[in-house]
Amino acid sequence: MSHVHRDWIFAVTFSPDASMLPGPNPGLETAAAHGQPAWVLLAYLAAGVCFILALRGLSSPATSQRGNRLGMIGMAIAVVTTLLTHLPRTSDFVEVPGTAAFRSGVDWVTAGLILAAIAIGAIIGLVTARRIQMTAMPQLVAAFHSLVGLAAVLVGAAAYLNPEAFGIATSFTPIASQTVVNIFPVSRIELGLGVAIGAITFSGSVIAFLKLNGNMSGSPILLPARHLINLATLGAILLLIAYFTQDQSPWVFFTVMALSFAIGFLLIIPIGGADMPVVVSMLNSYSGWAAAAMGFTLHNSAMIITGALVGSSGAILSYIMCRAMNRSFISVIAGGFGATAASGAGGEAIDRPYKRGSAEDAAFLMKQADQVIIVPGYGMAVAQAQHTLREMADLLKAEGVRVKYAIHPVAGRMPGHMNVLLAEANVPYDEVFELEDINSEFAQTDVAFVIGANDVTNPAAKTDKSSPIYGMPVLDVEKARTVLFIKRSMGGAGYAGVDNELFYRDNTMMLLADAKKMVEEVVKALG
Amino acid sequence: MDLISIVSIFVLACFVGYFVVWSVTPALHTPLMAVTNAISSVIIVGALIAAAASGNPVAKWLGLLGVVLASINIFGGFAVTSRMLAMYKKKER
Repeated sequence: MSHVHRDWIFAVTFSPDASMLPGPNPGLETAAAHGQPAWVLLAYLAAGVCFILALRGLSSPATSQRGNRLGMIGMAIAVVTTLLTHLPRTSDFVEVPGTAAFRSGVDWVTAGLILAAIAIGAIIGLVTARRIQMTAMPQLVAAFHSLVGLAAVLVGAAAYLNPEAFGIATSFTPIASQTVVNIFPVSRIELGLGVAIGAITFSGSVIAFLKLNGNMSGSPILLPARHLINLATLGAILLLIAYFTQDQSPWVFFTVMALSFAIGFLLIIPIGGADMPVVVSMLNSYSGWAAAAMGFTLHNSAMIITGALVGSSGAILSYIMCRAMNRSFISVIAGGFGATAASGAGGEAIDRPYKRGSAEDAAFLMKQADQVIIVPGYGMAVAQAQHTLREMADLLKAEGVRVKYAIHPVAGRMPGHMNVLLAEANVPYDEVFELEDINSEFAQTDVAFVIGANDVTNPAAKTDKSSPIYGMPVLDVEKARTVLFIKRSMGGAGYAGVDNELFYRDNTMMLLADAKKMVEEVVKALG
Repeated sequence: MDLISIVSIFVLACFVGYFVVWSVTPALHTPLMAVTNAISSVIIVGALIAAAASGNPVAKWLGLLGVVLASINIFGGFAVTSRMLAMYKKKER
């Protein structure tokens, strides 16, 4: 709390009556927040650099653990620096500005509460991280996003209620009246945006969590005139934030907050389950922008760097997911995909002839093969079939068969979902390939083994211009000599609501059963 | 720091983020989301300031609640990332 500079007006009008003042000394606090000592600025910068290196480490599995540790170090630096520079102080004596009396008196009760709060969070976080099943990772990430959003809202509300503590306000006490606290206009915009983005992140992530966790139907819920409602709400939020610069009364601030909670909810309910990779990435991005907005409020470089990193990370992931579905971001966010297509494409495809095979047939075909490519999808995650699948691959490898895995970017419910599940089942990551790296190999492959994927293998995406998934990059599984396709039953189309051309091809053999049960039977037949 | 320095840091960090994230291998996109989630909880800095400040008890308790939430994320996010990363192994032999 160095005494940097104070406007003379505070010196004249400063009231020594502590009960009149919300903070220890508004003038000093303002100076302290915006003129932090150099070591504090450098410490936050170092934390920001650690976060950059944490993401950089993820460029390869070999360096990723080190990156993650750097992330932890960065966080420790940021937290310890804040704790040291913002030790809670007792205010039960009259503080005299600029004297030593101002510095004394650590409020140990509050300090204890803060440490307890960290400890509670640590226990909940660590236990959750240890217990969570890998298949539930999308839900967990959505839940974590909601916490970042809510934390941003809480920090925003606290900053609004006690702006002097954050150094974002001037205050003066006109003689014989109450202290007037004025939040800087720039800070009001930052606060408004931060709270709005935080609230959207929170309510949006809660809905995403409920959908991913199965507490809420994954199918889109379409309100009439939803686009109009959403645009009007969004417009109202922006107008209110602009008005907030003129009028800092509570109703403006809390209406912004309430409307933002509402829009987060409204934005996500019309989006269907398989579009969740985009939603989860988008919410990831929002949680970053919320942190950045709060960083602007606090003039904190660690928060701003992090916000920018996380914000661009989420945005890039959303872009990758959209490209992998050949859909525009706007069309995903507008929602309703699958709901309309399903009703349109239902009629035809019934009673077309297809070949049905047994586990023994599948085992026989794969044993004879030189190369088998396994194509996993969300169905594998639902059936928890990844471990059995790896057993099957091991048996095939023992027979001298080359086994590879092909992953479509939107397979599963979040970016990289399949890769994590395969890694969990001890599949070496150098056997797992991305779409563009393996697609040319199907033509020289004996067996493509599709387990729990559907739309991402549909050849109609390449040929049928009327198909809703036309233009989407797909895995060329039909080029393999034989396609083994595990599916629960012939009824029920994929997420896009389109029938899969692949089922009726001459070189396709349908294995109709639960994914895990079928793989178990194949394992038995191989052994 | 004045507003211009802050904006400069932000803009440059967006560029850094853009290039760093494109270099992340797609196989690690799930750990990427988990770790970005953990680091965005640096928002705990704001919660700590609110919790430590005297003057407004409501703001203080909001801050403390914020500290709990952000800590869940920090510890949970880093722990689950490290658990996932530990599973990625190369072919033995």
